[in-house]
Amino acid sequence: MPPSENDAPLLCVERLKVHFPLYKGVIFKRRVGAAQAVDGVSFTLRAGETLGLVGESGCGKSTTGLAVLRMTEVNDGRVVFEGRDITRLDRAGMQPIRRRMQMVYQDPYGSLNPRMPVADIIGEPLAVHGLAPGKAERRERARELLQMVGLRADMIDRYPHEFSGGQRQRIGIARAIAVHPGLLICDEPVSALDVSIQAQVVNLFEDLQERFGMAYIFIAHDLAVVRHVSDRIAVMYLGRIVEVAASADLYRQPLHPYTQALLAAIPIPDPAAEAARPRQIVAGEVPSVLRPPSGCRFHTRCPKAMPVCARIEPVLAGEGGTHAVACHLHNAVEGEAA
Amino acid sequence: MVEVAQPATGALTSRRRDAGPFVRFIVRLVREKPLGAFGAAIFLLFLACGLLADVVAPHGMNQINPIARLKPPSLQAPLGTDSLGRDMLSRVLYGAQLSVIIGFSAAAIATVISVVLGVLTGYLGGKVDMVVQRFVDAWMSFPDLVLLIVVVSVIGPGMPQVIGLLGLLFGIAGSRIVRGAVISVRENMYVHAAQSTGASTLRILWHHILPNVTPIVIVLFTTRVGAVILAESGLSFIGLGVPPPAPTWGGMLSGAGRVFMYDAPWLALAPGICLTLVVYAVNVFGDALRDLLDPRLRSAP
Repeated sequence: MPPSENDAPLLCVERLKVHFPLYKGVIFKRRVGAAQAVDGVSFTLRAGETLGLVGESGCGKSTTGLAVLRMTEVNDGRVVFEGRDITRLDRAGMQPIRRRMQMVYQDPYGSLNPRMPVADIIGEPLAVHGLAPGKAERRERARELLQMVGLRADMIDRYPHEFSGGQRQRIGIARAIAVHPGLLICDEPVSALDVSIQAQVVNLFEDLQERFGMAYIFIAHDLAVVRHVSDRIAVMYLGRIVEVAASADLYRQPLHPYTQALLAAIPIPDPAAEAARPRQIVAGEVPSVLRPPSGCRFHTRCPKAMPVCARIEPVLAGEGGTHAVACHLHNAVEGEAA
Repeated sequence: MVEVAQPATGALTSRRRDAGPFVRFIVRLVREKPLGAFGAAIFLLFLACGLLADVVAPHGMNQINPIARLKPPSLQAPLGTDSLGRDMLSRVLYGAQLSVIIGFSAAAIATVISVVLGVLTGYLGGKVDMVVQRFVDAWMSFPDLVLLIVVVSVIGPGMPQVIGLLGLLFGIAGSRIVRGAVISVRENMYVHAAQSTGASTLRILWHHILPNVTPIVIVLFTTRVGAVILAESGLSFIGLGVPPPAPTWGGMLSGAGRVFMYDAPWLALAPGICLTLVVYAVNVFGDALRDLLDPRLRSAP
């Protein structure tokens, strides 16, 4: 269901910064710098909407997800969820919020306790939030949830090792939706699965969204999957969002040179077409997050870099708020000849 | 294949569900881990002998018979007699009482201390870990023997002191092992999942950390039982253990057993074999327990 434009946003992230300090020395610790994993990320998410977060590894997409969940320290900026600023809430204050935000993990093997039967795994969030007081009630809920994610209710007493990767991921999803969250943060939820299973799990995500109206932050590096599930997509590079647009717009008309390079890297499933199309390879390595480049962070690798790019940092701005890009090619710099 | 087997296993599980969890566990132990069951049987036998020593033993533990000294095994004394003419069978039976009590209670205390210290420092990390583990460092760099001599010379030798001290010594040293295991378990994503859903620290420790370190804790406990029984014999040897007339296996080995090693080898053999058997039995039972408690190693019903 397409969410209406004038809804109050479910989640509002403003100039979020997460820096991981680096220390040297054992006894006399000195702060020698900080990895700027997330450096001024802003976005909003409406109820029932899916935001895809893409970018290469180390760009801060997972850290952004963790910061929204308050599972990592936020150095600056705000996270406003369901109208409340949750950035500085203490543990007790976060407790009711935690019920509304759940996470689905990448590794279907590591994310389920091998010594817990499925009933207890799915029942845990229910028990933590006191939603199903009795053990029998939790079992009953767990059976319903198993069926909801496409597994058999009689699998409830099995242990994680008795399931395949795709089935385990379904259990992880059942655990996440058990408490009826408003927001699901999916950190590469299908990248560890076989391609044939990926499609099934992606479809499950879509069915569940239709049924319960949850919003998703869908973190991935596979652009084909993200395109399929997302309403809007934000492209991240070195801790910043460089471009954000409606899914179809982004694929049809990528504005940022980095987005263009990412899209060009998607293989075409036709050998002749694949061989014929021009190569567009981003040269060099991702710069260190300890010492990010000046100006536009992409200018060291950008095929269209101009002198201004090394000096002035482009701001994320766009036409009518639907397609925003942080690039001097598209946003003229005031008082500065491009 | 699985479908074909369904009716049979279904009938089996429904029948077994009628029995209590303890009975089901015994059935699994015997069927899946016969060696472990054997170990448990030997251990229970020794425990029974120890507890019923007053009934089973043919003579008192300190009943002296100056005429029949250092007699080899015979019908009257199946395990021979020692240098004071005491019946070795009776002494070994009473020894089971003392050694098993010491071994188990000290190992239990040690395991509890290891788990509490290890889980807290391993899971909480940070300052708690730093402070407690430096205390553990200091404790471990201190020779055990010096500590034992100091404590025993202040409050005198005796069983409670021996149990308490050995428990403390082994417990603090073992906390490192548990801590290491907890640190590796803590990093799993299922712990992260529990944290992010708002589970309390106590809940995470109880439901996620502890079950996943039990294999190590079980092995820690079973190896400690043997170690404690042996350590007690060492203490008895230097006069810091349970004082002499009391028949501990370690005392028998290091006392008369060592002195008359060539003239009366049965004095050392009887308690030595018992000691070996109990330690072996506890270890194989511990291994079986570890495997049975692991759902991943559970064979199809």
